[in-house]
Amino acid sequence: MSESAITQAGRPILEEHFETLPAQEEARKLGMWVFLITEILFFGGLFATYTVYRELYLPGFTQGSHFIEVKWGAINTAVLIVSSLTMALAIRSVQVGKRKGTTLGLLGITMLLGVVFLCIKFILEWRVDYLHHHVPGINFDYAGPHAAHVKLFFLFYFYMTGLHAIHVIVGIGILLALSYLTWRGRFSPKYYSPIEVAGLYWHFVDIIWIFLFPLLYLIGGR
Amino acid sequence: MASAKIVPVRTYILTFIALLVLLGVTTGVAYIHLGIGNTVIALVIAFVKMLLVLLFFMHLFYDKGIKRLAFAVGLLWLAILIVLSSADVFTRHWTPVPRGWGPDISLQQGPK
Repeated sequence: MSESAITQAGRPILEEHFETLPAQEEARKLGMWVFLITEILFFGGLFATYTVYRELYLPGFTQGSHFIEVKWGAINTAVLIVSSLTMALAIRSVQVGKRKGTTLGLLGITMLLGVVFLCIKFILEWRVDYLHHHVPGINFDYAGPHAAHVKLFFLFYFYMTGLHAIHVIVGIGILLALSYLTWRGRFSPKYYSPIEVAGLYWHFVDIIWIFLFPLLYLIGGR
Repeated sequence: MASAKIVPVRTYILTFIALLVLLGVTTGVAYIHLGIGNTVIALVIAFVKMLLVLLFFMHLFYDKGIKRLAFAVGLLWLAILIVLSSADVFTRHWTPVPRGWGPDISLQQGPK
């Protein structure tokens, strides 16, 4: 198979160091899985430290957890789950060769839900935490029992949700670029690995939130 | 890419519904006081939700072999990280502090 024979929208899609297109596509997917492993350990450091300090200072962490609203955490979980569904359907619509508009619509909804997630996080949660003096280092004022440990909980809360929010922002950027390429007709049922790989990343960010929600919002019951 | 499996829409919808149901359960259970049970149930449900996303949304149910291995290895290393980090603090109260070693400092001193 010669590489010049495989094109999409007039562009060669087979890199010269791959023998066949399926080999290239498999390698790309595996590459993303390996990247996701490094992401597991990237977040894993925070999860491990969180586990240790939560065990040491459980009363303070429980108190801190009661200051953040379960309602928004649960709604945001649902928002990300819906966005994962639309992401999966967007990939499927390319796989089965649906019209460009269908794929673009599904990618658009996915990005929009990402933005909704961030708006809830920043405007309805972080801003309120700031107004309630719960932001360590910037505006923290709490004199009740276990004050130092409540502060530590909020440090974890902002680091973990903040790092996750950065991943959501990056994901939206990736989907924006892929929407442009979809609009330009770069993908087809025989070539769609960039969208598929971006989907793996998006679902992974969803999984991180699936763990952050119970750990931060539901500690020791409510 | 002929090797990729095209997953039926029904499978995606069922996965989605299961995830929402589990979200409802985990949120509801948090309001029932079960002590340590709350944490255990919350983590078990989160793990099941992760498996659903991995298997169906991320296609690990169909992509056998090296991709499953890759993710499993990631989880294994994460488990080593968390278990070894926790081994100290979770077991401190299992044995009494020997006489003459002073009070148990682990739970007394926090950051000032």
